[in-house]
Amino acid sequence: MNAYVGTPTSRIDGRAKVTGAAKYAGEFAADGLLHGFVVEATIARGRIARLDTSEALKVKGVIDVLTHEHRPPLADKDEAWKDEVAPEKGSPFRPLYDDRIKFNGQPIALVVAEDWETARFAATRVRVEYEQEAFATDLESERGKAAEVDQPHKPRGDAAAALTHAAIRHEADYVLPSEHHNPMELYATTAVWDGNGGLTVYDKTQGVQNVQKFLCSVFGKKPDEIRVISPYVGGAFGSGLRPQHQVVLATLAALALKRSVRVVLTRQQMYGLGFRPLTIERVALGAKPDGTLDAVTHEAIAVTSRFEDFSRNDTGWAEQLYKSPNSRYSHKLVRLDVSTPSDMRAPGAATGVCALECAMDELAVALKLDPVELRLRCYSDRDQSEGLPYTSKQLRECYARGAEAFGWSRRSPAPRSMRDGKELVGWGMATGVWEALQMPVAARIVLTANGHAEVSCAASDIGTGTYTIVAQVAADALGLPIENISVRLADSSLPQAPVEGGSWMAASSAHAVLGAAEEIRRELARYAKAMPASPLAGVDVPDIILLDGAVAKAADRSRSVSIADAMRHGQVERIEKEKLNEFPEDKSHARNTHSAVFAEVKVDEELGVIRVTRVVSAVAAGRILNTKTGRSQIMGSVVWGIGMALHEETVTDHRFGRIMNANIAEYHIPVNADVRDIDVIFVDEPDDRINQLGIKGLGEIGIVGVPAAIANAVYHATGKRIRRFPITLDKLLE
Amino acid sequence: MADMTIPERIPINLVVNGERRALEVVPWTTLLDALRDRLELTGTKKGCDHGQCGACTVLIDGRRVNSCLTLAVMKDGAEITTIEGLAGDGALHPLQQAFIDHDAFQCGYCTPGQICSAAGLVAEGRARDADEIRELMSGNLCRCGAYPNIVAAIEQAMSRS
Repeated sequence: MNAYVGTPTSRIDGRAKVTGAAKYAGEFAADGLLHGFVVEATIARGRIARLDTSEALKVKGVIDVLTHEHRPPLADKDEAWKDEVAPEKGSPFRPLYDDRIKFNGQPIALVVAEDWETARFAATRVRVEYEQEAFATDLESERGKAAEVDQPHKPRGDAAAALTHAAIRHEADYVLPSEHHNPMELYATTAVWDGNGGLTVYDKTQGVQNVQKFLCSVFGKKPDEIRVISPYVGGAFGSGLRPQHQVVLATLAALALKRSVRVVLTRQQMYGLGFRPLTIERVALGAKPDGTLDAVTHEAIAVTSRFEDFSRNDTGWAEQLYKSPNSRYSHKLVRLDVSTPSDMRAPGAATGVCALECAMDELAVALKLDPVELRLRCYSDRDQSEGLPYTSKQLRECYARGAEAFGWSRRSPAPRSMRDGKELVGWGMATGVWEALQMPVAARIVLTANGHAEVSCAASDIGTGTYTIVAQVAADALGLPIENISVRLADSSLPQAPVEGGSWMAASSAHAVLGAAEEIRRELARYAKAMPASPLAGVDVPDIILLDGAVAKAADRSRSVSIADAMRHGQVERIEKEKLNEFPEDKSHARNTHSAVFAEVKVDEELGVIRVTRVVSAVAAGRILNTKTGRSQIMGSVVWGIGMALHEETVTDHRFGRIMNANIAEYHIPVNADVRDIDVIFVDEPDDRINQLGIKGLGEIGIVGVPAAIANAVYHATGKRIRRFPITLDKLLE
Repeated sequence: MADMTIPERIPINLVVNGERRALEVVPWTTLLDALRDRLELTGTKKGCDHGQCGACTVLIDGRRVNSCLTLAVMKDGAEITTIEGLAGDGALHPLQQAFIDHDAFQCGYCTPGQICSAAGLVAEGRARDADEIRELMSGNLCRCGAYPNIVAAIEQAMSRS
């Protein structure tokens, strides 16, 4: 029964969040809590020649200053430092491990004091001398050193020859800048010392079990000695997939001092962790005069660190979207003296599809074709790389519904042909695509005879609404009102879950809950059937459902027994079931989510100021578990797309290898006044092949395509094609 | 070499959510840190510590203020309302209910600041339409991008007040 799944259910954690009761990692209290403040390197490469902590130690209230020369033991093998999201190739960064400086902003000391202000003050008294070495942080000057990484997509046909002979050809570089996640919550950890060598670690993370395993391996601890908890996460967007510096530092200090320690990074220090890497995307399209494609090539050159090869699929997305007999994809890395990049919302697709969709717009202009029409002519019903059909693909419907809601048919095709007073008006569109992933997750349900159920799972809710969808699925599966469901998440001692990322957690956690609920249903059915003069006598267990607090015959709901009576008869006060759900491997179909994004911009011709006045995002992502929180997720992603298109860029001074705008005044994220009308349309996309509930996930798809739609709208408004993001007014006025 | 001692603590009184709280703080303690670390009122959030994000917004004598840019010693005797004290016992303030109704948050971290800022905005009586709300709420960043829902929630609360 679906009383909740598919409905606009309000967040069950809403009250905690609007009253300030929700506690985040840096907010847990502990007796005798100490505060750590991080000292960072101010050079990009070299070694620490001398680290003098004596003055800092003299500050009243300072307990200790931890450095690579003064700390408890840390694991020395790379394998011990590899968390479940670490790149395959490389040697993960180890805070306070040795005297090597690998990037500017690297943590080199932790000052621990009785209070935070004292630690911060004393940190200014740590003296460091460096031996500097030559370094490089500029991708464009190092572009020649790019090295190819393994390719997920094999070439098809002969793309180079097809391009040469193509009637219409478009080829260009698109530059997507480095970006930082900037969740509102600072990266924070409170490590609570239990007095016996064990720790409870409250950490800002997308994966408590990932962090727990990582800490045990780095510090040589047994699994029961470290517990990681993260009930609320103040945004993450990929930044909390890998264990962050501060969780290592807080744990290190707690073990060194045998006391509870909190470490909160400053906003500036957060720029020393992961980021979306600057990527140069070279896209070439060859087409026939009718707009069908002969060739697609896409090459990405991205930044990684010297010590780890981070790469994501930037280039293969045309395989999903556009039919072409010839294709070639290549992903190259340039190793620089920076921290290792990380996943950031729709990693690979946000950037790669942006380039592809800008290129498609340029091709439409060259062909004098409407951009939607071009995409329909190239539409692929199969994933060409594997030659597979999709479990479902309602992208055509996305184009149709999005165009209709936007009023696309009223678009005048010529650039600079639409105006509103003194502003130029531009309408642009783009396609979005992401993967519909699913992972093994376990859930436990404890049903008590009073008709309440507690559902628990180690999965995180990073603002994505996991608490709420888990409650919705459980309420429907158990036939209980949602008020009777309580949900516990993000505790490493709870049933197994991977990091929350890649848009896989909705489908994965929902089916784990479904699995556990199914075992409860069977047990209740057994008790109910065995009751004397049971109204369910003779009814097969598969024909029995849970509904309105009762165990009932599906086809005749008057034949029912209350859950309380069934449990009383079974002589149980509680039923506890835990189920690990693993999705059967099915290589017969491709699984993707899709979107069509339409954007309107208004550009002040004299000042170059760009405003995004309307966005319509039509999304096909299977069944939407919660249309209220789901709509919010897409809307928020559109806001991210506005940031990518117009605002966000991490700027490095390559003379020092140092980020210049490491704050949220000069690193611009969209503010309220930057965002106007956003219309989210969920296209009906039944999918009974992908999984039982037909769920595909929503975390990433909403951003993909948005920056390209806006860039294409800016071109339509102004006649200027800006290929270097973000599109700031200086570039328009050049 | 500069003096290594920490400045003397200064006794102050803050009236927080209607309750008089006496504490001693060093001069460089911000109101934000005093609330979070000393008074255990962690509903007020730290997002940047530089007045750039608005997560730390509280009401001081009824006006919305970034508590990270306010030294606690400057507010001796002031009346401070934080998210924990915005509504009466167990009840929700109309803005809190409107934020839930309109799903005006995701991760929830900027939310206390958004709601306190919105309460201050309503009291200012300056915002008459959605455009003005957007402009006057632009000191409160929301990385989850809930802005359209935040505007809708404030409009709802304003229409009912």
